[in-house]
Amino acid sequence: MTAKTLYDKIWESHLVGEDAETGEALIYIDLHLIHEVTTPQAFAGLRQAGRSVRRPELTLAVADHNTPTENQAAGLRGVHDPQARTQLETLARNVAEHGIEFFPMGHANNGIVHVVGPEQGRTQPGLTIVCGDSHTSTHGAFGALAHGIGTSEVEHVLATQTLRARKMKNMAVDVHGELADGVTAKDLALHLIARIGTAGGTGHVIEYRGEAIRALSMEARMTLCNLSIEAGARAGLIAPDETTFEYMAGRPMAPKAGAWETAMAYWQTLHSDADAPWDEVINIDAAEVEPTVTWGTSPEQAIALSGRVPRPEDYPEPSKQNAVARALDYMGLEGGAPIAGTPVQRVFIGSCTNSRIEDLRAAADIVRGRQVAEGVRAMVVPGSGLVRAQAEAEGLDVIFREAGFEWRQPGCSMCLGMNPDILAPGERCASTSNRNFEGRQGRGGRTHLMSPQLAARAAVNGVIG
Amino acid sequence: MKAFRQLTGTAAPLREKGQLMANIDTDMIIPKQFLKTVERTGLSKGLFHELKTLPDGSPDPDFVLNQPAFEKSGILIAGDNFGCGSSREHAPWALLDQGISCVIAPSFADIFYNNCLKNGILPVVLPAEVCDALADQAGGGNHVFTVDLEAQVVTAPDGGVHPFEIGSGARQNLLEGLDEIGATLRASDQIEEFEARRRLAMPWLAREA
Ligand code: SF4
Repeated sequence: MTAKTLYDKIWESHLVGEDAETGEALIYIDLHLIHEVTTPQAFAGLRQAGRSVRRPELTLAVADHNTPTENQAAGLRGVHDPQARTQLETLARNVAEHGIEFFPMGHANNGIVHVVGPEQGRTQPGLTIVCGDSHTSTHGAFGALAHGIGTSEVEHVLATQTLRARKMKNMAVDVHGELADGVTAKDLALHLIARIGTAGGTGHVIEYRGEAIRALSMEARMTLCNLSIEAGARAGLIAPDETTFEYMAGRPMAPKAGAWETAMAYWQTLHSDADAPWDEVINIDAAEVEPTVTWGTSPEQAIALSGRVPRPEDYPEPSKQNAVARALDYMGLEGGAPIAGTPVQRVFIGSCTNSRIEDLRAAADIVRGRQVAEGVRAMVVPGSGLVRAQAEAEGLDVIFREAGFEWRQPGCSMCLGMNPDILAPGERCASTSNRNFEGRQGRGGRTHLMSPQLAARAAVNGVIG
Repeated sequence: MKAFRQLTGTAAPLREKGQLMANIDTDMIIPKQFLKTVERTGLSKGLFHELKTLPDGSPDPDFVLNQPAFEKSGILIAGDNFGCGSSREHAPWALLDQGISCVIAPSFADIFYNNCLKNGILPVVLPAEVCDALADQAGGGNHVFTVDLEAQVVTAPDGGVHPFEIGSGARQNLLEGLDEIGATLRASDQIEEFEARRRLAMPWLAREA
């Protein structure tokens, strides 16, 4: 028997068919997560062709991308943007018509799709999971093959429960040793992306391995896998272990007693064989990873907090020089200046990258007993209704509110600025989200990606650092 | 899906300071305020919105697709890693709505590449130097390009012929304008067999419909 990677194993166990000539395969999909923004055209397509949803019970819907994060109790009447309301109504109608489970805005279980799946126990090791959102890679933290798809593919999965796909290459990212105190999965991810670039993982599935990965909590693993797409990889994977099983036990949709043992026997086979062949291996010394922030308009434009913003002339290639000059200009930064000490006007703690309970605890620890700096507007947007409830049970909301943070209701919020939470032109934001693209958080808005800890520090200090 | 066989016409290079722009992300191709539609059409007004619009909201005369010579171009030439970022299919829909059905670049982001293939847009990968050379000819006197998928070549205005690679499955589907869902549904026996095997191998996943 040939040695296989974890990705190879999951891929092979989901092969419905394969065209030997073209290399195109048909892959069975175990879980299809859907939301309001990337599905209306898919359901419309089904309707036009007179097709139905093949396996509604393997589909789960949430409203998250353009929902307001205040006054959700008002329901759709409280959604003032008519187009957003139409998308939300369209989703509600589509899921009702096809019998798909749905956590609408305001439901106790509602939240960002990539927070809800794991929290409900729908995300499990060895599954194939897709969603019309590129950060579906988050679910790879459980040893599931999970990636984003486009709307045509959403329609294909709805109709057939399969996806046409081709096998990707295998990349291992081995993180040796221990992360230093105060260094998080977010720092590690940004460090990796800065090193291999936003196209570094293109065409690959990344498996994260090594002691530093084993030591990460599930929340931290989700943060890391979430950002795999920013390194260009289709998906990120971490082999399941005790940490995974502990997190899953007792979740609503996790296998129950009896079935749990059967599932466990299978889950324990989900790891790469020792002599599995890799197309590429990246080694990272965990001790070298420092707290890391982005300075520019691409996640690869990241530096250590102790570092200096680069100058265009630091790069030999003219195209790189242009990109750096453009980013500096957009971000309103001087090449050569230290990044620490840069003043911010906004702070956003949220998004599927960093809005889980552990993230909120870490931020609250820094904020406790302190005040948001003058001139800074800071908000916390919990990843789900359950995260919000848990945080409130622990009194974290009080810590944030007393410090002057806005304590919001769950949703994607300022991660992509499709709801009313956006930056004004020129505003600088310390953000725990995943993309610092031009205009991502509002036209002319300037985003610095960082961990919840660093974002909390920026809130109380008024500057990055 | 509309079939793609051959396209002849002008090509619009996306350049900044004389260089093809790299890492054009999907937020640049179509910003989120245009994603609130439930339709696939009408998206061209959002295409490259930030790049093509001046801060006062008027069209930027310097942006390539705002120039009369290129406003009808069916081909776009760009730098490395085109289409990185989100999975939004609004990006290819906006290109199609603008009349662009072929993008030439040294490399593409995975999901965007796939999304193109599902919408009858041909993504052509050519080496960076070739892309630069093609971009240089885009504004020349006789600046007509021909992209031939059957022959897998791009013919430049100077007569230069540049062969490109594309997966044979993707090529066939584009040439036929295949209805992929229809084709997959014809294999539903295979899907049913798989589901029966899955019920036995992973019984804990069984859920009542
Ligand atoms: S939080 Fe941001 S990245 Fe995550 S699902 Fe929402 S929009 Fe996508």
